[in-house]
Amino acid sequence: MATLARLQGRSAVIRNQYYYRNSVVNQFRKKENDAAIKIQSWFRGCKVRAYIRYLYKKVTIIQKWWRSYLGRQQYQLMVKVAYYTMKMNLYNTMAVRIQRRWRGYRIRKYCFNYYYLKEYLKAVSETNDVIREALEEFAEMKEKEERKADLEREEKKRDYQARKMHYLLSTKQIPGVYNSPFRREPDPWELQLQKAKPLTHRKPNIKQKCSINLSSWLECTRSRSFPQSEILPPINRKQCQGPFRDLSEVLQQRYKPLEPTLRVAEPISELKEAREAFRREELVLNIHENVFLPFSTYHKNKEKYRPSVHSSSKYGAASYGHQHFRDENPQKWVNSKCYVLMLLT
Amino acid sequence: MSQRQVLQVFEQYQKARTQFVQMVAELATRPQNIETLQNAGVMSLLRPLLLDVVPTIQQTAALALGRLANYNDDLAEAVVKGDILPQLVYSLAEQNRFYKKAAAFVLRAVGKHSPQLAQAIVDCGALDTLVICLEDFDPGVKEAAAWALGYIARHNAELSQAVVDAGAVPLLVLCIQEPEIALKRIAASALSDISKHSPELAQTVVDAGAIAHLAQMILNPDPKLKRQVLSALSQIAKHSVDLAEMVVEAEIFPVVLTCLKDKDEYVKKNASTLIREIAKHTPELSQLIVNAGGVAAVIDCIGSCKGNIRLPGIMMLGYVAAHSENLAMAVIISKGVPQLSVCLSEEPEDHIKAAAAWTLGQIGRHTPEHARAVAVTNTLPVLLCLYMSTESSEDLQIKVLPHDSKARRLFVTSGGLKKVQEIKAEPGSLLQEYINSINNCYPEEIVRYYSPGYSDTLLQRVDSYQPLIN
Repeated sequence: MATLARLQGRSAVIRNQYYYRNSVVNQFRKKENDAAIKIQSWFRGCKVRAYIRYLYKKVTIIQKWWRSYLGRQQYQLMVKVAYYTMKMNLYNTMAVRIQRRWRGYRIRKYCFNYYYLKEYLKAVSETNDVIREALEEFAEMKEKEERKADLEREEKKRDYQARKMHYLLSTKQIPGVYNSPFRREPDPWELQLQKAKPLTHRKPNIKQKCSINLSSWLECTRSRSFPQSEILPPINRKQCQGPFRDLSEVLQQRYKPLEPTLRVAEPISELKEAREAFRREELVLNIHENVFLPFSTYHKNKEKYRPSVHSSSKYGAASYGHQHFRDENPQKWVNSKCYVLMLLT
Repeated sequence: MSQRQVLQVFEQYQKARTQFVQMVAELATRPQNIETLQNAGVMSLLRPLLLDVVPTIQQTAALALGRLANYNDDLAEAVVKGDILPQLVYSLAEQNRFYKKAAAFVLRAVGKHSPQLAQAIVDCGALDTLVICLEDFDPGVKEAAAWALGYIARHNAELSQAVVDAGAVPLLVLCIQEPEIALKRIAASALSDISKHSPELAQTVVDAGAIAHLAQMILNPDPKLKRQVLSALSQIAKHSVDLAEMVVEAEIFPVVLTCLKDKDEYVKKNASTLIREIAKHTPELSQLIVNAGGVAAVIDCIGSCKGNIRLPGIMMLGYVAAHSENLAMAVIISKGVPQLSVCLSEEPEDHIKAAAAWTLGQIGRHTPEHARAVAVTNTLPVLLCLYMSTESSEDLQIKVLPHDSKARRLFVTSGGLKKVQEIKAEPGSLLQEYINSINNCYPEEIVRYYSPGYSDTLLQRVDSYQPLIN
């Protein structure tokens, strides 16, 4: 207790002391606190930074690995694609080469066959030559025909001339114009004149106007086959003499249609014709030309014997039909005996 | 007055009338009299004479009218306006053959001038009577009727259709089979006139069985008949492939080639027209003609004649060559190109030159080989000369050019390019396009070298050049 008392006795001092000391320390307290904080913050900062640096290192490593992995993967893909395109290009070029060859071959063989074309063109030119020749020949023939016709015409003209000049022919007594006695041979005209027949005198020209008119009446297609009386008579008609009937009556008489009797209308050889017609009709109905021979021996001597086609052939008679009727193969027979038909009664 | 004196008056009148119509008919044959006759009012005088009691006067009056109407379309119109046609048509059915012939002649003379006049004839109902006349016994009447029908059908498709509807075609086909050459000729010409307008009309003619009869007559010796027959066949064949094949199936082929050697020029022309009309349709038909040697015959024919007669032959070669390169090659080996270049250089007419140039273009356009075949015959300088005078021959040069380097070179050395550059074409025109396509065949320096004014620009560049000495 003493202690307590002592302490209590000293408490005032202690209080003073406490106060005093506190006031001394208070002066430095903030500064020290600040310094401590600074030191701590610096240290802690260092620590954290070191840690972060450490983490960064790790992260870099991870990223490096990951990225390299991804890169490798992508690279592989690219390589694959490049390889594929290269391959496809190669295949394509190869396919083009094959197709080119094939198409060329096919088109040359079937479409633009050079040799075929050559041949065709050759054929065409040959045909052309043939046609040209034929046409040339045709034209020549035509020309020849024409020349011949010209010659003939000229010949005719000359003949006519000779006939016209026939009076210039020399007689026994007097030589003609073309037969000069001072020449060794007579002129060719003289010979021609000798051959020619003199022209006869021309007949006086008969006026046919009237008859033409009449014929034109006759050939009318319609009702007026003869002139009707109300039409005026033709002008150039000669004046008739004597008492004649009326013109229209005469014409009617003249041009009325012919009405022959039955005896005249029928031909005189009618019976003969009827027989002929009958015979012809029979001929049409005949089946064959050969005359049917009756069943008697009378004709046999007259008619020639006709052998049948089989026996008269120079290749010999065929055995088929009278010696055998079907193919025979003895090896296939079961036995050599004939097949006997058993008749059951 | 005795009866005789009375009759004498009539006789005199009749004599005067006869003399009048005969004189008018004779005067109408000369063109210089026609105007005077017209002014004297001949139409109104002839009209009553058509109804005269004497048939000779009727016929002669009709003949005179026909001659007048034949002269020009004014007079033909006067005939139509004078209401003469119904009278003619009415009496065409009634009268004798001389009158029928004369009346058909009038109808033909009126109908030949214009479609309107022909239509007027159709409106009168003349077709039916004309068709009845085709059944007449007299070949002269048939001929006149066929002639009139042909002239009516010639104008346009409607009139042809009217003729066909009147039932003329089968009768015309019968007329072809008659023995008279003149009738055959005119019936063939009428068929040709009918079938030329449309495929349907041609089909009608074919359905009447005309082709077989026409084809038979190709070998007839009469050249005028041959002309008409060939023309009818070509008018039938021109419309469609089917019709052309039907014509070919009548086995005209080796036979028609003989017509190309005929003396008559028009037979040649019509024969080559026929071949052309057949060849233009398909490569197969062309091939058939080539195989029959038709190309060689046509080429020979081109060589043997001049002028317009060549034209269808030249075009036929072009059509054949246009179908395929093999056919073009066939034309080349048939020695067609030299013949064409001869045509090109010696023909005076532009359109024939144009056709020859077109044909050369068709031959040369296929491959370099073809182009060379065209170029080696020395055609290009000729083309070039033509080029200066005609623009029509323009487009073929292009067709020859693009394939062959040799041809191109020849073109440059012959001065063609220079001329092409000298042409002043307005931009955007067809000509400019042609020029551009020619220019595309060559490198640019060459084109510039040959352009006009190139030397000037070069000199200008020399002037403006700053020397680099100091």
